Amino acid sequence: MEFFTISLLNGVSYGLLLFMLSSGLTLIFSMMGVLNFAHASFYMLGAYFAFAVTQLVGYWPALFVAPLIVGALGALFERYCLRRVHKFGHVPELLITFGLSFIVLEVVQLIWGTSSVDYRVPAALEGPLFTIYGTQFPAYRAFMMLVALLMLVSIWLLLTRTRIGLVIQAALTHPETVEALGHNVPRVFMLVFGGGAALAGLAGVIGGNAFVTEPGMAAAVGPVIFVVVVCGGMGSLSGAFIASLAIGIIQTFAVGTDSSLLGAAGTIGFDITPQTFGYALWKLKISQVAPILPFLFLVLMLIFRPKGLLGTREG
Amino acid sequence: MSAVPQRAEQSAPAASHAATPYYRFQPFNIGRWIIWTLFAVVLLVAPLIFTSSLSQTMLTQMGVAIIVCLSYNMLLGQGGMLSFGHAVYSGLGAFLAIHTLNLVSKNHLPLPVSLIPLVGGVSAMGFALLFGWVTTKKAATPFAMITLGIGELVWAMSLMFPEFFGGEGGISGNRVTGPKPFGITFGPQIQLYYLIAVYTFVCTALMYAFTRTPLGRMLNAVRDNPERVEFVGYDTQKVRYISFVIAAFFAGIAGGLAALNFEIVTSEVVSGYRSGAYLLFTFLGGATFFFGPIIGGILMVLAFVLLSELTKAWLLYLGLVFLFMVMYAPGGIASLIMMNLRVASFGRLKELWVSYLALAVTAFITLIGAAAMIEMVYHLKLNAALGPELRFMGATLNAQGASSWFGAAFVMVTGIGLFEVARRHFARQWGEIQEFIEKEMKRREAL
Repeated sequence: MEFFTISLLNGVSYGLLLFMLSSGLTLIFSMMGVLNFAHASFYMLGAYFAFAVTQLVGYWPALFVAPLIVGALGALFERYCLRRVHKFGHVPELLITFGLSFIVLEVVQLIWGTSSVDYRVPAALEGPLFTIYGTQFPAYRAFMMLVALLMLVSIWLLLTRTRIGLVIQAALTHPETVEALGHNVPRVFMLVFGGGAALAGLAGVIGGNAFVTEPGMAAAVGPVIFVVVVCGGMGSLSGAFIASLAIGIIQTFAVGTDSSLLGAAGTIGFDITPQTFGYALWKLKISQVAPILPFLFLVLMLIFRPKGLLGTREG
Repeated sequence: MSAVPQRAEQSAPAASHAATPYYRFQPFNIGRWIIWTLFAVVLLVAPLIFTSSLSQTMLTQMGVAIIVCLSYNMLLGQGGMLSFGHAVYSGLGAFLAIHTLNLVSKNHLPLPVSLIPLVGGVSAMGFALLFGWVTTKKAATPFAMITLGIGELVWAMSLMFPEFFGGEGGISGNRVTGPKPFGITFGPQIQLYYLIAVYTFVCTALMYAFTRTPLGRMLNAVRDNPERVEFVGYDTQKVRYISFVIAAFFAGIAGGLAALNFEIVTSEVVSGYRSGAYLLFTFLGGATFFFGPIIGGILMVLAFVLLSELTKAWLLYLGLVFLFMVMYAPGGIASLIMMNLRVASFGRLKELWVSYLALAVTAFITLIGAAAMIEMVYHLKLNAALGPELRFMGATLNAQGASSWFGAAFVMVTGIGLFEVARRHFARQWGEIQEFIEKEMKRREAL
């Protein structure tokens, strides 16, 4: 029970972090048809900027400044690089973001070095929030969840209750019509890209110190958010929400589970020895399998429901 | 500019076919014979010209890189499938090949070493039959994400099964084993080079032949207009699937050759970095022409072996080059060559050489300024213990002195300004020549 509650809470907070990343990716994808390969790089930039700003003026300003810088960088990238290759089609668009992820990684290593930086949780949020079944739940995890939920609500309000949100929604499906009505669709694209990058940056600010801020963090989380976007259904925000929570929880539970197929076979009476065929597979612990679970999930999803959880189109 | 030549070619035989259903005149294609003979001669002669052991190792790696880039281009260029997991097939092929080699060494399997790359190819094909069934369900962007997912899956697995993948240390083997016909042991690098050269030539020829088959043509059609292909009655997924498996076969051969060459295979060969490198260099070489990936493969080895020795910032340079290439020349180096050949065939190339010279000189000046600054930053970061001074292209720079920074920035800004002037002039000239060519082509058509 203790393990269950704590893992569930940790899983939800990790899932919400994943959703902060995948929401921006989904928005950008459904709007511009661009799979932003550098999205996780913006996440990493957010963490590093937050680290730098925290050293200068403290954590709380960094919470606002770092996402803004990342968003501005994203908007600039869209304006001067992505828009230029838009006419060549989707593959070059994907490739240019791929190139960007290369450059961001190198620049980050150049400025902050190849090892991890000491980006810490602020003093006010250190320590446990409450103790449950004898295990402490860190206050910062709760703060992460709070920020993610706030962001979720504000995105939802922005998209459904404001004028610009309506324009964005309309431009998702009918860009030509929106343009004919006199809205500047390229600028909306730029805003969405910048906004998505800023969301990733915000995820970096709150995720960087909860986990670890190092040059490998983009490569670690990038494939997982792609899995989230595909599993949730390409371009579906609510699908991305469900998929991120599911993957967050599954992965957290798996990391903490120490049993293996060997044990399961033992309880039902099979005796498996190192001579048994496929012993390497039998003896694997679930915690060892955890890193590949999202990808297995992806493969299964594609076999049984190719359009994703809440997707409407078969890409 | 991108796929126009291929499409034009595609429609031409179809039209003539419709006009003459029973007989089609096919002249003896001299140009093609000359090019392929030249390719064979280059493969044959290269190690006799570059005889140092470094250049022989590099030539060997180039042969492997050419095969793998060409096989990747079967997906990217001909099928429009952007794969982020091609290293899975070359890597798994390499693992199966080295395990086979070890079986041969232990006398469990009577197989000549020269056929081991085929084992790699067939096993990669088997994996592609399995994974490709899932990945090719989708096209375009979802395809890219799924291949990325499968790539990560296999890479994570490579750390989970040390029995097969050898864990951190990898699996090593010894290629001097088995029967030795005509005294060929593959011990000396030169013997292995010629084995790889033969494989490179045959694989290149086969992959070129593939582009001429009905399947290869259908693959182009699936890339250009999948909806229409469906209407005509083809299953686009099946076309993608079969091509994917064939591409994986050649990738596996390349993996097997690499395993023979290095005699060690580590789990790094299935990593996402490797897949990314294949993508990057295939694109740099030029995905829209068949010979583009050959350039890409050669560049890949040059960059990995030479550029990484030359400067620590090589990945940054590579990323920047790639970014500019995507933005300004999405057809890669091959398309630049073909555009200039077109200008040359209309006899207008010689008026451009002054502009090219100006562009090259100004770009070089910009590069020197930028590179000096990048090298100084890297020096400050990585070699701070060695003092602030560094040697750069014969000059001594002080990475902490304002004068070095100011000088480098000044050189770069001057370079950018001059480059812009040269570029504008060149753009005007180029546009005028293109107009002339268009007019000339219309005039010739009217004749």
